Amino acid sequence: MTVQQMTVQPMNAVDSTMWFEVCALGALGREEGVAALLPDGTQVAVFRTHDDRVFALANLDPFSGAAVLARGIVGDLGGTPVVASPMHKQHFDLRTGACVEDGTVAVPTYPVRVSGGTISLGRT
Amino acid sequence: MARTLVVVGNGMVGHRLVQAVRDRDTDGGWQVVVFAEEPRPAYDRVALTSYVDGWDPLGLQLDGAEFTDDPGVELVLGDAVASIDRAARTVTTAAGRTQPYDALALATGSAPFVPPVPGRDLPGCHVYRTIDDLDAIRASAERARAGTGRGAALVIGGGLLGLEAAKALRDMGLSPHVVELAPRLMPLQVDEGGGALLKRLIEDLDVTVHPGTSTGAIEPDRGRLLATLGNGTELDVDLVVFSAGIRPRDQLARDAGLPVGERGGILVDEACRTADPHVYAIGECANLDGRVYGLVAPGYSMAEVVADRLLGGTATFPGADMSTKLKLMGVDVASFGDAHAATEGALEVVVNDAVKGTYKKLVVSDDAKTLLGGVLVGDAADYALLRPLVGRPLPGDPGALLAPAGGGGGGVGVDALPDEAQVCSCNAVTKGAIRAAVHEQGCDDVPKLKSCTRAGASCGSCVPMLKQLLSSFGVEQSKAVCEHFTQSRAELYEIVRVTGITTFSDLIERHGTGGRGCDVCKPVAASILASLGNGHILTDGQAGLQDTNDRFLANIQRNGTYSVVPRIPGGEITPEKLLVLAQVALDFGLYTKITGGQRIDLFGATVDQLPVIWKRLVDAGFESGHAYGKSLRTVKSCVGETWCRYGVQDSVGLAVELELRYRGLRSPHKLKSGVSGCARECAEARGKDFGVIATDNGWNLYVGGNGGTMPRHADLLVSEVDKETLLRVIDRFLMFYIRTADRLQRTSAWLDAMEGGLDHLRDVVVHDSLGIAAELEAQMAEHVRGYADEWAGVLADPEKLARFTSFVNAPGAPDPTIAFREERGQRVPVLLGTPEVISR
Ligand code: SRM
Ligand SMILES: Cc1cc2nc3c(=O)[nH]c(=O)nc-3n(C[C@H](O)[C@H](O)[C@H](O)COP(=O)(O)OP(=O)(O)OC[C@H]3O[C@@H](n4cnc5c(N)ncnc54)[C@H](O)[C@@H]3O)c2cc1C
Ligand code: SF4
Ligand code: FES
Repeated sequence: MTVQQMTVQPMNAVDSTMWFEVCALGALGREEGVAALLPDGTQVAVFRTHDDRVFALANLDPFSGAAVLARGIVGDLGGTPVVASPMHKQHFDLRTGACVEDGTVAVPTYPVRVSGGTISLGRT
Repeated sequence: MARTLVVVGNGMVGHRLVQAVRDRDTDGGWQVVVFAEEPRPAYDRVALTSYVDGWDPLGLQLDGAEFTDDPGVELVLGDAVASIDRAARTVTTAAGRTQPYDALALATGSAPFVPPVPGRDLPGCHVYRTIDDLDAIRASAERARAGTGRGAALVIGGGLLGLEAAKALRDMGLSPHVVELAPRLMPLQVDEGGGALLKRLIEDLDVTVHPGTSTGAIEPDRGRLLATLGNGTELDVDLVVFSAGIRPRDQLARDAGLPVGERGGILVDEACRTADPHVYAIGECANLDGRVYGLVAPGYSMAEVVADRLLGGTATFPGADMSTKLKLMGVDVASFGDAHAATEGALEVVVNDAVKGTYKKLVVSDDAKTLLGGVLVGDAADYALLRPLVGRPLPGDPGALLAPAGGGGGGVGVDALPDEAQVCSCNAVTKGAIRAAVHEQGCDDVPKLKSCTRAGASCGSCVPMLKQLLSSFGVEQSKAVCEHFTQSRAELYEIVRVTGITTFSDLIERHGTGGRGCDVCKPVAASILASLGNGHILTDGQAGLQDTNDRFLANIQRNGTYSVVPRIPGGEITPEKLLVLAQVALDFGLYTKITGGQRIDLFGATVDQLPVIWKRLVDAGFESGHAYGKSLRTVKSCVGETWCRYGVQDSVGLAVELELRYRGLRSPHKLKSGVSGCARECAEARGKDFGVIATDNGWNLYVGGNGGTMPRHADLLVSEVDKETLLRVIDRFLMFYIRTADRLQRTSAWLDAMEGGLDHLRDVVVHDSLGIAAELEAQMAEHVRGYADEWAGVLADPEKLARFTSFVNAPGAPDPTIAFREERGQRVPVLLGTPEVISR
């Protein structure tokens, strides 16, 4: 399957951000994550917290090089919402992508919006 | 060129000398040759009596006793040194080998003293010193058992050793009698008051004590032995054990012209040197300052002194602490310092509580300011604190120190101990050394203290004190699972069990510290909920709690793919099933490997392939192997009696049964088992959390074994039981572990940390001392009844299946970061996108 054949559709551009619908909010359980694929092949890990906020980080775990962050456990450390890498358990701040254990490491974050019960990811 | 050190005797002290020399002699200055009269490497003589628990000589072997990988040590077993030629500096062994030496260390220990009682050489008369002695006693006991009724045994000597022997005999199913010449038991250690209580407590345990009399004669009598005591009592017994004291084995030295003490023992100076500067003597065969020490700790000190001297040091014997603490058949006895108030003007303070069965005496200086010694019988909990205070100002009124430990714990706290106080007497470790290890080497728990300082690594009686010291130095030994719960895993388990909570949200809202949970507490809660039978682990609300392995019912690999491990109970598999595995592996291009757990692992499946692969496997009759779960892994088996010419039971059959019984059982950590068909142990059952070894008469169950990071041999829990009993004990054992262990604590670490250790465990799961056995069994029955294959559960449920997609917006699209290359004919991962961000 190629990227073009996928069900991602570009939406109207606002502020030069391209939005891609990825799934219904309901497809993502509270305090869970899923992986989404952007048209350019970028993998994004999308997380929903208990209060229905949605965050998006790169799916690639910078420590192991495997695209797995979406499969980590979602929770909080000292009040910060985090995901723990399923590979070696480093934590990443869902809001900033910063690694809690190592200040010099961060993963990219992506704009997210939820409208009409649908989650969309942005690409600037 | 290396000089040669010859060590005569491979007992506890001789072994310590070799270890100490090898530890310190970093540039190979000494080549060591050890001659051992006994046929086996050094073992823990202090624990000799526990040999009766499993008749397993290896269980007693001292750490590193074989020196197999050490070219600096030659260990010659079963060949005693017969003579020393001091002029030529050689020794000659019984087998005729002549070995030159530059330094010679005599560590020949002592021999049991057998008083000249007529009949003492009759068959059935024994001594109590070596593993071979115990084997001989066992043979006599078995002969007695073969006769009618309960056998009886006579122990001559009511000292420490005699009481140990009585315990061993009782454990062998005999009724022991103990004859003691002195008017009380353990005359060397305890005083009259303590002895009287000790007699009562020991007699409660089915041992008959005959104090204040001798043994007149032993005669053969219709296949048994008739012993006549000095007071006229006649006893019919099956065997006799002499434990009337020990005599240093100094004959070799005498023959070589070395001076010995008046009452025996090779005379040595404070450097442990004999009259010949090339010859040292250490341990129980040595006589230092006119004394022969019958305990292991002074022997260890001597070994350390000699090691230091051999390497150019100037160490001297620091003096010895003759304190003893032991638990005899469940009765605590301790004596320390000047227990008999022999010091001029010494005062005694005694608290004798006949109702509670405790006797405590402190000996203090004439001004009642300095502690000199003491005796504790029935409850020796204060021993660890009191012993280091000997010779020091009392921290409080002596009476208050002995008061029952309420609130203030009797008044002495570890804080009161000065830094020079010896905390671990086996290894001569002071409070100051512990402090340094904590503050400078960062030791923050007992295992670390053990490896840094050796404290606690021998008899273990100081371990409770080590824990107190850790807290007193401000090391918090928190049991909290994580920042979201102040409770330990065991406490959370109790909460869930008692309240019947079924979701994590309830648990954290009602019992958490606020916050939403994390990757530590969530899997713990998930495991507890699963142990208590809360349905499929991917049921709503539980999936997000699971570690990735549980969440995808497969083990994650380094490139984000997963492995597939179907259950192959007992390692037994039909050729047809092998074909299925082979075909699936071929069809999906999976790397195939036989695991260390006797089954087959298929690697390299992507998330979305997992259900398709498992559909094929489940259809062919496979089920989840739980390689991903903190749950039962494998029950390894050997081929056993069906094929093996040595096998005595059907080990494969039992392994399959155990694996099917406990499959899917969620626990604090993974569980492994093994079943061997005979004592050759081809299934390595003693390396498992619970391992079973067949005997001619049933099954032996061993628990607490571990391979992995900290290998540990399993301990014998019950022996020669039938299958029904075996299953019952394992049921209770596993459920008790699940109920009380910490997060990620294997049974080995759990057992090591358990207060009261193996005895306590046996009390709980065999003798039901907590009265919970029925409940534990019922819980296991519930587990067995409720078991369902987790993969079949996923395949049958579209909602659960929906989780197995690579991308939520592009199901089935392959993860572009996953690629493979070939190695030895199979696919292995290529790592793409390996990070350059790592900054460590
Ligand atoms: C596949 C296998 C190696 C192999 O190719 O042979 C293996 C693979 C892993 N072992 Fe193991 N262990 C395997 C047999 C063993 C054994 C041997 C045995 O079971 O007889 C041991 C030592 C015995 C023991 O556990 O006492 C063993 C001791 C460990 C340990 C250390 C445990 C400990 O108590 O110290 C870990 C780490 C842990 O669990 O925390 C570990 C963890 C792992 C993990 C789960 C590490 C991980 O998180 O990725 C590996 C992934 C399994 C997978 O992907 O399927 N594995 N591992 C073996 C699977 C056996 C099976 O059929 O289930
Ligand atoms: C049942 C029991 C319980 C005990 N409990 C305690 C206790 O609770 N606390 C405590 O401190 N102590 C206890 N002890 C005493 C303790 O075991 C000894 O103090 C300690 O073992 C002494 O060590 P050693 O090396 O000097 O002698 P041993 O351990 O006796 O070793 C001497 C070795 O030298 C060998 N040997 C002798 N002559 C020769 C030769 N010519 N050539 C080659 N080899 C030779 C012997 O066969 C023996 O193996 C107990 C002893 C026993 C038997
Ligand atoms: S443990 Fe015994 S029965 Fe089993 S294979 Fe080995 S030798 Fe045979
Ligand atoms: S006192 Fe025996 S190990 Fe510490």
